[in-house]
This record gives sequence, structure tokens and C-alpha cells, in this order.
Amino acid sequence: MSQEHFEPKLVGFLCTWCSYTGADLAGTARMMYAPNVRIIRIMCSGRVDPQFVMKAFQEGADGVFISGCHPGDCHYKDGNTKTLRRHRLLSRVLEQFGIERERFRLEWVSASEGTKFRQVCNEFTEQIRTLGPLNFNGNGGGPHERR
Amino acid sequence: MSDAKPKVAFYWCSSCGGCEESIVDLAEDILKVVAAVDIVFWPVALDFKKKDVEAMPDKSIAVSFINGAIRMSEQEEMAHLLRRKSQLVVAHGACAHLGGIPGLANFWNKSTIFRTAYHTTVSTDNPAGLEPQPKTSLDGHELTLPEFWDTVYPLDAIIDVDYYLPGCAPHRDLILNAVTAILEGKLPPKGAVLAPNKSCCDDCDRNETKPEKMTIKEIKRPYEVLLDPKTCFLAQGVICMGPATRSGCGERCIEGNMPCRGCMGPTDQVYDQGAKFLSAFASILDASEEKDVERLVDSIVDPAGTFYRFSLPSSILKRKKLEAVR
Ligand code: SF4
Ligand code: SF4
Ligand code: FES
Repeated sequence: MSQEHFEPKLVGFLCTWCSYTGADLAGTARMMYAPNVRIIRIMCSGRVDPQFVMKAFQEGADGVFISGCHPGDCHYKDGNTKTLRRHRLLSRVLEQFGIERERFRLEWVSASEGTKFRQVCNEFTEQIRTLGPLNFNGNGGGPHERR
Repeated sequence: MSDAKPKVAFYWCSSCGGCEESIVDLAEDILKVVAAVDIVFWPVALDFKKKDVEAMPDKSIAVSFINGAIRMSEQEEMAHLLRRKSQLVVAHGACAHLGGIPGLANFWNKSTIFRTAYHTTVSTDNPAGLEPQPKTSLDGHELTLPEFWDTVYPLDAIIDVDYYLPGCAPHRDLILNAVTAILEGKLPPKGAVLAPNKSCCDDCDRNETKPEKMTIKEIKRPYEVLLDPKTCFLAQGVICMGPATRSGCGERCIEGNMPCRGCMGPTDQVYDQGAKFLSAFASILDASEEKDVERLVDSIVDPAGTFYRFSLPSSILKRKKLEAVR
């Protein structure tokens, strides 16, 4: 895909109690925002296994974000604290795989923050558009390319 | 030698030789194995050539044990040849199973590896700046070398693999059990890893010293602390891959007062060992504010290399993005 016509493919993991409800609010309020995010609803941001994030990048996502309840508001008490720790550690690991930190975000969006959800989607889309496609191909560099 | 004995082959690819040693280390038990089978190919110990294998009928070898990762064209060729000639192929050891230590090269590529190996290391003496080439002409003759790839692969990325013998190197009991199972035809379903499906922690003597709520305030490397020989390494702030690693190795490292590095790979329930360990490890870090979390996380030296020490080529991402290697 040429850079000019690049539409970023983004995956967003949203916890059902706050962020997904916030996204829903953006929808019912008919807010316009970048349509680039594929939303995956999970019970809690703490449910996001780092394997999900890696799988998303490996299958062609240009950016991934996790969104949960604000600190202190997680419906499972400290799921989002664990998410924060995993996000920071996973960001470092992804960087070692050549995936820039900017491509993996963590956001806190509450059930009443439809506007913030819209802003996150717009900002992230523009940021990844500037960064360009990721085109991750872990299979390259071997016999598969010869054939 | 009677023709009725099952024919067995051993081959090595990108490996250190430790897996060959694991066969020799069967000690007197190897004699039982040797008595029961007919070894038809074993370059490290016996003088057979590739053409001898080529001359064998297809599927005439009962089982080939192939160790080592695949990183060069010649290894790919031999893997295909042995696959064609064998009824069963066993990926022998961590490198064939997961990519292993040679698989850490997937954070680099051919040109950066050649730059280091043939140019920049202090011990390199290469005034002409030569590098190995797949083809060279010398006095009118053409000499060839295998092609060195950018990427290291586990055996099953190249050929169909029937069973996996995990470990760096596999424990003798696992090898003997595998050989016995093959000889007696009592094999588990195809694709099985021939080791218990539980975690290293389950079999670890130190498991009971784990505090009820495990937290890590400071991350230390083994050489930075005087390690208590009885307490769980994680409880001492030292990274131990035990929770994300399959048991069956005999807990050799832990008995030597060293944490588990993860050579047995993940259990059947887990696809990506490094990601799974990362998930568990991050959750026990004793920090909740962004700054504290970042300070702890940044204190880990080479997290990807640590969590994927043996499994990088078989992980979800498999390698560093090629275009990002410099
Ligand atoms: S983390 Fe390591 S030391 Fe602790 S119980 Fe598990 S294997 Fe044993
Ligand atoms: S303790 Fe861990 S690294 Fe050591 S042999 Fe066992 S599985 Fe491998
Ligand atoms: S329920 Fe929203 S982050 Fe846990």
C-alpha cells in the first residue's frame, strides 16, 4: 500500500464496564470520529494477554491500544494496575522486536467520556498515519522468500 | 545385524553439540538402545555420507532425531531429505523444538551478524575484509557454501515434525522414554511434546517458599545477589522462567542454584512462552504509579532476550522486524 493512501489498521481492546460504554456513548451521541479502530470488547483491561497484542501486530495491525477504567475505578479492583505494568513491560519488549512504542497505547476512558474516546481514536489514527504502515512479517529472511 | 531392527538416524543442524552429547550421556543405557536399533546415519559419531541416505528407500528409516535450529540452506536440504526417508521425525532439543539459543539471532540479520563476526570483534583478523560467499571461483573451480539466512527457524517451520523432545539438552529420562515408546509403538498423538504437561514450578522444591502474595520490589540479576539455595528465585527478586516453562528437565538449574531460563518451552496450554511469562511477571511487580512501574521495568536488562531466550523463532512475532535491524 502506498504511503499516500495508507489507512491505518488499529485494534482497540476496551473493557466492557468503562471504555466500551464510553465508546457506546460516542456512538449514541452520533459523534464523528476516525473509523480505523476495530474494537474488541473484553471484561477488564487486565484480561488482555500480551499474546493478543502480539497476534494483532503479527496479523497486520499498525497500532494497538488498550483502554480501561481510570486508576481506582476498575470493576475488578486492580485489573487496570496490572494492565499498566504489562503495558510498560510489553512496550519495551515490542520495541526490541522493532515495533515502535508509539504503536502501542494505554488509555483510561470512563463510561461518561465519549468525547475522550473520540479524541483517542482520532489522535491515534493520525499518529499512526504519520508513522506509516508497520508491515510486520516475522517469517521473512529465509527460504520462504526464495520460493 | 538383522534387518528387522528399526533404523534410526541422528542429525544436527544449527546447534552446539549438546544434544549429541545427550545421546552419548545415556551411558550404559545407550548400549541397550544400540542393541535394539540399527543406527544408519549419525555424522557426529559414524562415517556415513549424505549419498548413503539418498540411496535409502523412502520411509525406510523408522525415526530420525534432528537437533538444532534451521538457519542455512544446507540444513533445510538435509531436513527435507531425512523427512522423506523417515517414518517419524523427532525434533530433538530446544533448538529444533523452538529455535533455541541460536534463535536469539532473530534480533539481528545476516549482515549485522557478518559485520560482527567477520569485521568488528577484537579477535577478528581479516585485513582483506572477506566474508563467506555462497559461490567463489578459485583456479577455475567453483566452490560453494550453504546460504546463510537472515532468520533462524524451528524445525517444524521447515518440515513436518511428529514429536518434540524438549530441553537444552533433553534430560536422559525423556530421551529413554521417547525411544522406548517408539520401539514399543506406544506413542502419544502426533505433535506431542514428549514431557509432562505441567510447569517447572509444579515440580520445584522451592515452590512452597513462595509467599502468599508474591511481589517484586527490585529486580536483580543472579550475580548481583547471594542466592539463598532454598527460596523461590522470584521471591528473591530474580527472574525465574519456571511459571511459564514445562517441567521434565529434572530441575537441573534450580538444583544448581540458578533460576530456570525456560529451555523446556511452554506447556500445551500456552502458545507464546515469553508473552505468557511477561504477563505473569509484570503482574507481580510492586508498583502502581506510572513512574514506579517504569523505573522497575526499565531496570530489566534485555527483557525480550530474557523471556524469549529459547523460544524466539517459535513465538508469535518470530523475529525482530527485518527492516528495523541495523
Ligand atoms: S519460580 Fe522458579 S524457583 Fe520459584 S517455584 Fe517456580 S521454578 Fe521454583
Ligand atoms: S530449570 Fe529451566 S532452563 Fe534449567 S533445564 Fe529445567 S527447564 Fe531448562
Ligand atoms: S473493568 Fe475496566 S479496567 Fe478493569
